[in-house]
Amino acid sequence: MSLKILKYVFFDLMRSRFVLTYIGILAFISFGVSYFSNDEMKTVLTLLNIVLFIIPLVSLIFGSIHFYDSGEFTEFLLTQPVSRSSVFRAEYLGLSLALSLAVVAGLLPAVIIDRLSVGNVYLLGISVILTFVFTGLAYLASSMNIEKVRGIGLSIVIWLFMAVIFDIIVILLIYLFRDYPLEKFIIILTSLNPIDLGRILLLLKTDVSALMGFTGASFKNFFGSSIGMLLSIAALFLWVLIPYLLAIRIFRRKNF
Amino acid sequence: MISISNLHKKFGKTIALNGVDFNCVQGTVTALMGPNGSGKSTLMKSVLGLVIPDSGKIIVDDADILHGFDYRNKIGYMPQTANYPQNLKVVELFDILKDLRTSETDDELIREFRIKEIYEKKFGQLSGGLKQRVSAAIAFLFNPKILILDEPTSSLDPLSAEIMKSKIHKSKLEGKLILVSSHLVSEVDEIADRLAFMLDGKIVIDKMLAEIRNGNGDVRLGKSIANLLNKI
Amino acid sequence: MNLISANRISLIVILFLNLIHTSSAKEIRVCNDCQPSTLSQAIAMSEDGDMIILQSGYYKEHDIVVDKQVSIIGEGNPVIDVGLKGNGISIIKPNVLVKGLTIKNIDVNYLSELSGIKIDYAENCVIEDNILDLTFFGIYISGSKNCKVRGNTITGVAKTESSSGNGIHLWKCSEIQVDNNRISGHRDGIYLEFVSSSSISENYSTQNLRYGLHFMFSDGNNYTSNTFDKNGAGVAVMYSKNIVMKGNTFQNNWGDASYGILLKELYDGVMENNVFFKNTIGIYLEGSNRIEMINNDFIENGWAMNILGNSEDNKIIGNNFVNNTFDISSNSSRNYNLYSGNYWDKYKGYDINRDGVGDVPYRPVSLFSLVLEKSPESIVMLRSIIVDLLDAMEKIVPSIIPETLIDEQPRITKSEHDKHKQPS
Repeated sequence: MSLKILKYVFFDLMRSRFVLTYIGILAFISFGVSYFSNDEMKTVLTLLNIVLFIIPLVSLIFGSIHFYDSGEFTEFLLTQPVSRSSVFRAEYLGLSLALSLAVVAGLLPAVIIDRLSVGNVYLLGISVILTFVFTGLAYLASSMNIEKVRGIGLSIVIWLFMAVIFDIIVILLIYLFRDYPLEKFIIILTSLNPIDLGRILLLLKTDVSALMGFTGASFKNFFGSSIGMLLSIAALFLWVLIPYLLAIRIFRRKNF
Repeated sequence: MISISNLHKKFGKTIALNGVDFNCVQGTVTALMGPNGSGKSTLMKSVLGLVIPDSGKIIVDDADILHGFDYRNKIGYMPQTANYPQNLKVVELFDILKDLRTSETDDELIREFRIKEIYEKKFGQLSGGLKQRVSAAIAFLFNPKILILDEPTSSLDPLSAEIMKSKIHKSKLEGKLILVSSHLVSEVDEIADRLAFMLDGKIVIDKMLAEIRNGNGDVRLGKSIANLLNKI
Repeated sequence: MNLISANRISLIVILFLNLIHTSSAKEIRVCNDCQPSTLSQAIAMSEDGDMIILQSGYYKEHDIVVDKQVSIIGEGNPVIDVGLKGNGISIIKPNVLVKGLTIKNIDVNYLSELSGIKIDYAENCVIEDNILDLTFFGIYISGSKNCKVRGNTITGVAKTESSSGNGIHLWKCSEIQVDNNRISGHRDGIYLEFVSSSSISENYSTQNLRYGLHFMFSDGNNYTSNTFDKNGAGVAVMYSKNIVMKGNTFQNNWGDASYGILLKELYDGVMENNVFFKNTIGIYLEGSNRIEMINNDFIENGWAMNILGNSEDNKIIGNNFVNNTFDISSNSSRNYNLYSGNYWDKYKGYDINRDGVGDVPYRPVSLFSLVLEKSPESIVMLRSIIVDLLDAMEKIVPSIIPETLIDEQPRITKSEHDKHKQPS
C-alpha cells in the first residue's frame, strides 16, 4: 500500500469542510448531551442512539460521494506503477481513518466532561468499528455502480435497511413467532446487523443490561459472557472485512 | 515496445475493441486517430491497465501486462483532461508520484514546462491550461521509455503546445516509443511517423506517414487519409 | 444531639418504670477485672429491676440468657465476642433493656436461628444503640409485644441466601417499633411474618443479599421514611392487608430480578410520597387490590410500574413519572385500575385553559412495552430506532393499547410532593 496516498487522502479529508463540520456537529451534540446530563451512563446511552443513527448514514453517503468525487484522481493514480488493491486500500483506509478520527474528536467533549469510563470506551470503540463497516459498505456500493446517482442511492438503501427495515423485520418475526423458542435464532439474526450488534454490546455495558436480563435473560447470558462478547466483536470485524474484501474484488476488475 | 494482439472489449452490448492487433516500436511516434467512440481511448486505457480486456494480449517489453503493474514504470501518460483534487498541491502530487515511481525525476523538465513557480499552488487555484501543463510535465517527468499522450496539445497554451511538440520530437530521437492520439491532421503531420486509424473498434489503417503520402501522390495528409478510408 | 437526648429520656422513663416495678433496685457493674467479670455472672447475681452496667472491655461470652427483668447498659462501648459459639443475648423475660453493646461473631447455623440478640415471648423490651457485627441473624424477636428496636447498626457478611439470616427478624409479634436502624449484609434486612400493629420507620436497609424489607401475613403495619438501597432484589411484601407506606425511598435495586417493591396479594393499602429511583422495576403489582398509590415519585426506573392483569381497583394518582424507560407495563389487554392526575414526562399534550391539566388524555403504556409483554425476546431491540417508531405508531393506532388504561387528567408539570426529596 502506498503510505503517501493514504497520508494524502487522510490529511486532505481532515482539512475538508465536510469532515470539520462533522466533527463540529458531533462535538456540539456530545458536549450538549453530557453537559446537561448529570449521569454519565445516561449520556452514553443518549449518544449511543445518536451515534447509531448518524455514523452509518454519514459513512455510507459521504463514503459514496467521496468515492465518486475522487474517481478521476483514482484513475490517474492507477496509470502509475501501483497496484489497484494498493490504491483502494489507501483510499479506504484514508477515508475510514479520517471519519473515525472525526467521530472520536466529536465525542471527545463527552469523554472530557464525564472522564474515561467503560461506557465511553465502548461507545468510542463501537463508533470507530461502525465507521469502518459502513465506509466499507459505501465503497462496495460505489464500486458496484459506475453511475454516481445509483451508487449513492444504493448506499441510502443499505442505510435504510440496516437502520430501520432490518429491525422492523426482526421485531415482526419475534412477535409472530413468539410461541417458539427463538433466542438462538434472534442472536444469529442480530449478528447479521452491525448496528444491532454495536447497540447490544454497549447496552450490556450499561445499567440498561438489567432490563435485558429481566425479560431476555438468555441474551444477556450470551452477549454478556466473554465468549458471546468475543463472538460479537468477531462478527463486527467480519462486518468490516467482508464488505472491504468484496469491494476490493470488484474494484480490481473494474474498467475505468 | 508495445505489442497488442487480438484485443476484444465489450461494455455491455457496446463493442469497444473488436480484435485489435497493433505493434509499436521504440523510436517512433505513432498517431492514433479515429472518430469519437472508435476505441482510441479504450485501447490506450487497456495498455495502461485501466480497462481490462475480455480477450487478447498486451505485451510491453516482453511482459504480459496482466502480470503486474511494474511495467507502468516505463510509461509516461498524459490524460486528455485531468482533474486533480482541489486541495492537492502540485508539489504534493509530485511527492506521491515520486513515491510510486522507481526512476529519478528529470529536473530539467520542470524548468522546461515552467512548473517551479506553481509548485506550492493547489490545483483548485490553477487554470485548465496550467493543469494541463502539469499533466504534460508528469508524463515526461520520470524519463519513461514509453509515452502515451491523449490529445496532448488540445488544451495547452500555444507556447506549451510548441514545447510539447519539440519534447515529442526529442523523445523520439532519444529512442522512445510515443503513442499519441489526436484529432488534428496537421499535428499528426507534424509530429508522427506512423498513423493508426480506428473505426468501430478496429484498426483500419496502420501505415507509416511517408507510405501514406507516397501511395496517394497527394501532398495533403488529410486528403490521403480520406482516400484510404474510402477504399475500405 | 436530639437523638441522644431523646434516647436519654426514654432510658430514664424505662429506668423509672423499672424502679416502680421493684423498689429495691440496685446497680451492678461489670468489668474485665472486677467481680462480676462477665455479663452472665452479673445476671445471675441480679434481681428484677436491677441495672447492669457493662463497662468498656472485651467479653468472650455466648448464650447469655437474660432471665431477669433487668437493664443492661454498655458504658464505653464494651464488646461481647460470641466467638461463633451460639447466640449472643437471649431475652426471655419482659421489661428488658439492652443498650450500647457491641455483639459480634455469630456463626451460620442451618438448624437454629443463631442471633446477636434474641427475644422470645417477652413484652416491653427495648433494644437500643447496639452494634451487631458479623451476625447470622441480627435481632430476632418472636412471640413478643410492645418492643422497641432502635438505633442499632446491624452488619452481616452474607454470602449466599441459604447460608445467611435476616438483620431484624420479627415473627408473631405485635406493636413493635423498629426505628432508625441501619442494616446491611444479611439475607433480608428487615423481615416480618405474622406481625401486626407495628411501625417500621427511618431505617436504612442496604446491600442485603435478597430483600431490604420482606414481609408476609403481616396486617396493619406502618412503614414510614425508610430507605431501601441497593438490595439484591429490592423489597418484597406479600399476603397482607391494610398496609401504610409513606415517605420511603426505594432505590438502586438494579438487577435482573430486582424490584423497588414487589407487592403480591396485598389488599387495602396506601403508598404515599415514596420515591422510586433507579430500580429495574419500581413497583411490581401482582394480585394486589385496592392499593392507593398517591404522590409518589418514579425516577429513572426501567419500568416505573408493572401491573399484572390480576390487580384491580388500585388508584394511581398524582404521581410523577420521570425518566423511566417504561412508565407502565401490563400483561393484560384490560385495565381495572384508575390512573389520574399524574405527571408523565413523556406526555406531549397541551393545556389551553392553563389549569395545569393536559387537555388530551395520556396513555402511559407504550406500544413497545406491550410488544415486550407479549414477546419478551423483543428486548433485544431496546433503544433501537424501531422502538421510537413503534411508540410513534402508537399515537396513530391507539387501539392496540388497552383502552381504559388512560390518564384522563395528566398533569402538565411535576407535582411538588410533601416529601420532595431529590435522590442523590
